[in-house]
Amino acid sequence: MTRTDGDDTDPSPGAHADRASDEPAADSGSPVADDREAITFDRAGVRAGFLTCVPVALGVGGYGVAFGMLARRAGLSVAEATLMSATVLAGAAQIVAVELWAEPLPVATIVLTTLAINLRYSLMGAALGPWLERLSPLRSYGSLLLMADENWALTMRDLKSGSGRGAFLLGTGIAIWCFWVASTIVGAAAGGAIGDPAQYGIDFVLAAVFVALAVDLWEGYSTLVPWLVSLATAVTAAELLPGRWYILLGGLAAAAVEVVRHGR
Amino acid sequence: MVGEGAFALDPLVVGVILAMTLVTALTKVGGLWLLRRIEVSERLEAGLSVLPGAIVIAILAPELATGGPAEWSAAGIVVLVMWRTESILLSLCGGVGAVVLFRAVG
Repeated sequence: MTRTDGDDTDPSPGAHADRASDEPAADSGSPVADDREAITFDRAGVRAGFLTCVPVALGVGGYGVAFGMLARRAGLSVAEATLMSATVLAGAAQIVAVELWAEPLPVATIVLTTLAINLRYSLMGAALGPWLERLSPLRSYGSLLLMADENWALTMRDLKSGSGRGAFLLGTGIAIWCFWVASTIVGAAAGGAIGDPAQYGIDFVLAAVFVALAVDLWEGYSTLVPWLVSLATAVTAAELLPGRWYILLGGLAAAAVEVVRHGR
Repeated sequence: MVGEGAFALDPLVVGVILAMTLVTALTKVGGLWLLRRIEVSERLEAGLSVLPGAIVIAILAPELATGGPAEWSAAGIVVLVMWRTESILLSLCGGVGAVVLFRAVG
């Protein structure tokens, strides 16, 4: 990795700009122009993202109810649980955090664990880079703050299809936020009235979303090697390491193998 | 139902929540922030292009590995429905319905 501000040997950004000006908008909408389609950021994109995400956000709501109940049991007030959902917006990290909740509060452990669990978001944000980096910082970083696993997945699918809807992430994020916060309030307020979420298969929603996504992201046999590397790394790391480091390691291992393979 | 203290905000708890918010926000914007500051060579781009699928597999693999035949079969149903219909909603309904059914009979 070379930093732009220190090393000018690679001319690729200039080459990109030239290519874009040579073929003005001629290829927008064509499936061939996979990474050069025009990027929009408008109300229609937000709306499309929101509507696409509602069924998935319902599933997220299942986790929100579970989180609200766990948070109450750990000793947080309804207001505190709701505040956490509204600001942190990271399901797995929040659920783990309230599991760690104790008297006196292990502040450093909770914050560091949150960081470790959420490091994968950096990787996921980078994966959205080819599209988001063409939006203004306010729009791209603002949208990223509402990123969670599920709406990242939906956004990846939409942008890869060449829709060019830069506001899609924001729309899906708004849907996730609304359902996550509302379901947290329901779970925290209702307490033990709801039984085991596994009874309704709610615990399987996240896995189902990702299986569906994998089908979408499959690009033929060129995908096989990186996926097998990721699978083996993740399963091994999940055995050996605490928390969710395996997600980060699986992704990085696959990317590293692809970088090496590309040079051959 | 909503007990006393439901609306309490302990300053220490609020502080921890804000710290969690800060580190989470940093992870969410950090990837793009870095990407904007480094030159992306063709090789690195190839590596980044496999990230989405690889992360999905990395999230899934250990989760399915800890599951049982009910979860594996339901995952198979999701693959089938998604492959045939390309509809997330149908796949989710099929998968969740299948897992409830398989757990009941299994």
